[in-house]
Amino acid sequence: MSSQKQPSITTPPEVGSAQVELLTRLCNAMAVSGDEQEVRQIVLEEIQPYCDQVEVDGLGNVLATRLGSQAQKVRVMIAAHMDEVGFMLTNDEGEGLFSFETVGGIDPRQLVGKAVIVGREHTPAVIGAKPIHLTTPEERKRVPKVEELRIDFGLEGSSKAKVGDRATFATQLEVLGPSIRAKALDNRLGVINLIELLRHAPDNIDLLAAFTVQEEVGLRGARVAAYRFDPQIGMAIDATPAHDLPAYDADVENTRYNTKLDHGPAIYLMDGATISDRRLAEWLIQTAEAENIPWQIRQPNPGGTDAGAIHRTRAGVPSISVSVPVRYAHSAASLIRQEDWAHTLKLVYHALTRLTPEILS
Amino acid sequence: MTLDLLSHLKQMLSAPGLSAYEDPIREIVAEAWRPLTDELSVSRLGSLHALKRGDGAEPRPKVLLSAHMDAIGLMVTAITDGFLHVTQVGGVDARILPGQLVTVHGRKDLPGTVVMPPEFLLPSEVEKGPVPLQYLLVDIGLHPTEVEELVRVGDVVSFAQPPLELTGGTVAGHTLDNRASVAAVTFCLEVLQRRKHAWDVWAVASVQEEIGLTGAFTSPFAIQPDFAIALDVTFAKGPGSTDWRTVPLGKGIALAWGPNIHPALFNALTKIADELDIPYSREATPGMTGTDTAAIQMVKAGIPCVLVSTPLRYMHTPVEVVAVKDIQRAGRLIAEFISALPVDFMQTLEWK
Repeated sequence: MSSQKQPSITTPPEVGSAQVELLTRLCNAMAVSGDEQEVRQIVLEEIQPYCDQVEVDGLGNVLATRLGSQAQKVRVMIAAHMDEVGFMLTNDEGEGLFSFETVGGIDPRQLVGKAVIVGREHTPAVIGAKPIHLTTPEERKRVPKVEELRIDFGLEGSSKAKVGDRATFATQLEVLGPSIRAKALDNRLGVINLIELLRHAPDNIDLLAAFTVQEEVGLRGARVAAYRFDPQIGMAIDATPAHDLPAYDADVENTRYNTKLDHGPAIYLMDGATISDRRLAEWLIQTAEAENIPWQIRQPNPGGTDAGAIHRTRAGVPSISVSVPVRYAHSAASLIRQEDWAHTLKLVYHALTRLTPEILS
Repeated sequence: MTLDLLSHLKQMLSAPGLSAYEDPIREIVAEAWRPLTDELSVSRLGSLHALKRGDGAEPRPKVLLSAHMDAIGLMVTAITDGFLHVTQVGGVDARILPGQLVTVHGRKDLPGTVVMPPEFLLPSEVEKGPVPLQYLLVDIGLHPTEVEELVRVGDVVSFAQPPLELTGGTVAGHTLDNRASVAAVTFCLEVLQRRKHAWDVWAVASVQEEIGLTGAFTSPFAIQPDFAIALDVTFAKGPGSTDWRTVPLGKGIALAWGPNIHPALFNALTKIADELDIPYSREATPGMTGTDTAAIQMVKAGIPCVLVSTPLRYMHTPVEVVAVKDIQRAGRLIAEFISALPVDFMQTLEWK
């Protein structure tokens, strides 16, 4: 499409103030599954100059191609889902109160007493809770059900919203020392990493970047994106839970942490949707070792990424996932270490620069 | 009117001030009340006392306005691997805590989040039920060594939810219980700038209400008012809250009736409300009100009390909601009542 694309930046991508600023915009934007427009808009603005071709497909995926210049190139698809978990308004009960449903996996224990934003205008509203003073001991032993809760806009809110509007937590990104706290770090980290990879794409690959939709409700965008791109290699870059908290009983070791903060990018060997291609796993691990980047294996257990859809596309695509470890994903306030983010970006970049067609031979 | 009530309220909602740690909020209230009153002082326990003198002959009778300014919150009890364990200060429903933004008041103020460990790290009986407070943690995003340097057991933790303007003149935030009533007192003092009043008015922003009405015992003892008007919030109707203990939001204040309340004083107050067409609900409090009145009425030889309440949704969550016009109604009613008080008012209060 664009014949005047900017040349790749030849230095490795870094995480600096410009990246934190872009991540802030990405995380504070709302893109509940099925309505990813706010994030799609930012992505389109950021990547256009660096791509040979950019299109928005029939589901809303942003499919961007950056062609390499070397003769022996590998067609690599990297997917990062743009969508986040959230809410949809289901009924206007008048006086500013709406019932709602969750979109994607949100623990109902994360809902009460939260500020939310609704619709494209980010109209402020709250999810309240029955006052503790009015609850019975029995009530305090159970979790309020979603159908008992309401999104409350204030007394005249019915003019501000309508059934079907999406909503999400109102938390604004904040840097906390070595960490970053925000909503939707799952998976705006993948989105920003993919933007940076497009800017720094090496010439030995055709980078097929898929900013996908509807991952949180069933890997839907990745399936059609992989079909369109028909890649030789697939990779999902995402955020994966770090359950690295202490157990309530100090004598019990936490052996099911999934990943740990401060231990670098999480390489997948197996999750609920994919068994990673072993050649690709070796490639990532060898890259990390060669570049002195800390890395960890995401503990094999359920869960999944866009790779779950990509690797089964057409006649099959050797695939793998790499994630930034994130605490408290799918809540109002998730948390990462900036170092883990930087190391993840660096690992994928260096792995791409080392990629040759021989990897699949 | 020079007072920007909404800005005043939002400034208060942005400040911490847990029970017995009220310094930050007291400074804000003092700044607002200083130009509206004649004398400011701080009680031995930290309540703010403001005197606005009346124009009656000395010795003038005294009315006490009591609105507690303290907030509920958390306190650090232990630190494990950089995670803070906490207990409650005041009545906190642990079910509203997971995912809440907080400020840990350590060697400096540190933003943090209350977090819920995953199920496999909790006792099996918790399962998918509410996680009790003792198992919740606070994560401040720092490495464990930094946490040990900056935080210690006993540091207080306040809610950090910024105030929000919602529709229809409503505001959401933490600690609207009871900063909404402090704002009503400010509004009352503002109205009294343009009204004559014979009585001395003692405005008090009281401390430690949430942990046992402490300030409401001590300030009336020091001030010795002839009678007292307590200002607090009450339960507004809302999702899951519809029974007789609730009143509509934004449709008027609530005036409590029950054993904490002096019936003749109640009648005198409602008479003014009726005359001025200030909408109110009569709030039945058959036992005790759970407000400063429960303490004030028993101070010294007994002090007659009334209670003026602002309806509030989602009490004791960081997203409490009030209607600003209800705050104005509370402040205006009290100002008009005070300005109409005859010097011999106490002699007119008869038990019938």
